[in-house]
Amino acid sequence: MDADRAGEANVKSKAAKFKRYLPLYLMFLPGAVYLLINNYIPMAGLVVAFKQYNVRKGLFGSPWIGFSNFKFLFSTPDAMVITRNTILYNAAFILINTVLGIIFAIFICDTIHKKMQKVYQSAILFPYLMSAVILSYIVYAFLSQSTGMMNKSILPLFGRDPVNWYSEAGYWPFILIFTNTWKGIGYGCLIYISAINGIDPTYFEAAELDGATKWQQIRSITLPTLSPTIITLTLLSVGRIFYSDFGLFYQVPRNSGTIYSTTNVIDTYVYRGLMQQSNVGMSAAAGFYQSIVGFAIVLIANFIVRKFSKENALF
Amino acid sequence: MREKPFSKFQVLSNVIMIIWTILVILPFLLLLVSSFTDENTLVANGYSFFPAKLSAAAYVYIFRSGTKILKAYGISILVTLIGTVINVALSAMMAYPLSLEKLPGKNGMNFFVFFTMLFNGGIVPSYLMWTGIFHIKDTLAAQLLPNLLLSAWNVMIIRTYFKTSIPDSLYEAAEIDGASQFTVFSKIALPLGKPILVTVATFAGLGYWNVWTNGLYFIVKNKDLYNVQNLLNQMVSNIQYLASSTNSNVTSAAAAIPSTAIQMAIAFVAILPIMLVFPTFQKYYSKGLTLGGVKG
Repeated sequence: MDADRAGEANVKSKAAKFKRYLPLYLMFLPGAVYLLINNYIPMAGLVVAFKQYNVRKGLFGSPWIGFSNFKFLFSTPDAMVITRNTILYNAAFILINTVLGIIFAIFICDTIHKKMQKVYQSAILFPYLMSAVILSYIVYAFLSQSTGMMNKSILPLFGRDPVNWYSEAGYWPFILIFTNTWKGIGYGCLIYISAINGIDPTYFEAAELDGATKWQQIRSITLPTLSPTIITLTLLSVGRIFYSDFGLFYQVPRNSGTIYSTTNVIDTYVYRGLMQQSNVGMSAAAGFYQSIVGFAIVLIANFIVRKFSKENALF
Repeated sequence: MREKPFSKFQVLSNVIMIIWTILVILPFLLLLVSSFTDENTLVANGYSFFPAKLSAAAYVYIFRSGTKILKAYGISILVTLIGTVINVALSAMMAYPLSLEKLPGKNGMNFFVFFTMLFNGGIVPSYLMWTGIFHIKDTLAAQLLPNLLLSAWNVMIIRTYFKTSIPDSLYEAAEIDGASQFTVFSKIALPLGKPILVTVATFAGLGYWNVWTNGLYFIVKNKDLYNVQNLLNQMVSNIQYLASSTNSNVTSAAAAIPSTAIQMAIAFVAILPIMLVFPTFQKYYSKGLTLGGVKG
């Protein structure tokens, strides 16, 4: 009898508990439905890489064809080029944004006037918020063949002939790296700045009393304090080494075909296969390759972050 | 500050940072000056900070006969407003339950949100789904729905804010007073979470204002649905078409409207709203909240 009653109470309390929490689950629901559609269905849709896509049969109804799409993808030289470009560009971006970001952060923290600090911080962050379309307009104003500032004003100053920037692949690694630095340096730099501002100023004062030079202070106070931040930011970027900024690589080179050898990355390749060549199979295979390898790298990078500083790991 | 003013190092760092600041400002200035440059001068002499002839023709054109341009701004503003409101509402509603320690099933729900930050299906299945299953091609939904309506990142930073800035005792007191869960959320969590909600609103708003990929993928025929970014993107390919054309009629027709100056004017006007929300961004980024904000 008692057990029955206890069971009943238990059921009742469970029901009461559920009733109490129900509004919370309902609040969670709309967002969850969106993520289910926008994120989870496409994850399942990755299987399309193993299918012969057919518009009428759709994403999940098209017939299976095994690894044909992959065999096709990896038999072209493109697979190698886009993988190389993606990884090398990201490696260059990580290196430059880290080194220059730290240097700028140290510079900005050492200005005399607080007001100037604010100006510098605004200047390095502002381009970060521009869309890739605007970015491509800015770059075009400098590099346009017939009206660009480089060909019209700057190169003649040095007695050099105009350059057809949008059809010579050799210049693009430099252009893209410079553009990316111009746009993106602020993001990491501001994180470094807040880390440096967190250092107890008495460390520097003591070092100065002991006659330490600026360089010695940087080497033995600033850099060691920054190192967990540096390691974490770097590894987080390394985790995304298989993904590129589609806007940077699609908009800034203006989709110019003659410079694909140095501007084509996995993201632009997938886009062109899908939208311009209607080659869904190959595009899907390249996308699958990016998703899976990219995911593996995220996991590995996070594993390493955990080794260095657990509190900075993503999970 | 710490030492006598103008040490060698400080001079060096100021000089370099001033150079970089100029390097950042100049391109935007070039954009602005070009938008006020006479079209023929621009075509003949190229982009210049000191054009031989100034002209406001581009802006006159935009406001007189630029119905397409004004329409694109309309789409940008409309989609940004609707998208931002929905984004913030969905994010806050999702973040609140996740911030409550005692909610049964919280870990699973957390993982459900968080996993979308680690792994994604990429554009191919996403494109095939939105066009093949939901048929959003050439509808306003195409500007609104894909990717931007909710981001796990925003949910996570709001959740962390709720968790760390609102004491549990406040919630408990409200519950003892018999307030419903929804009342607690709307009367306590939302007002106290205002700083983070404003931040998330600027992220979401910037996302919608700057998006050009949705239009690129999903707006194919109905170009009335182009936002400003899509319009600018479209004008790039049109100019390229004109430049590659040997037909002299096309070229002279193009010269009649100040097309280059118009492009620069549209681009410049598109940057203005970003200046409005810039202080909020700066505040957020300067606090270095970007790291660790997703955990907790």
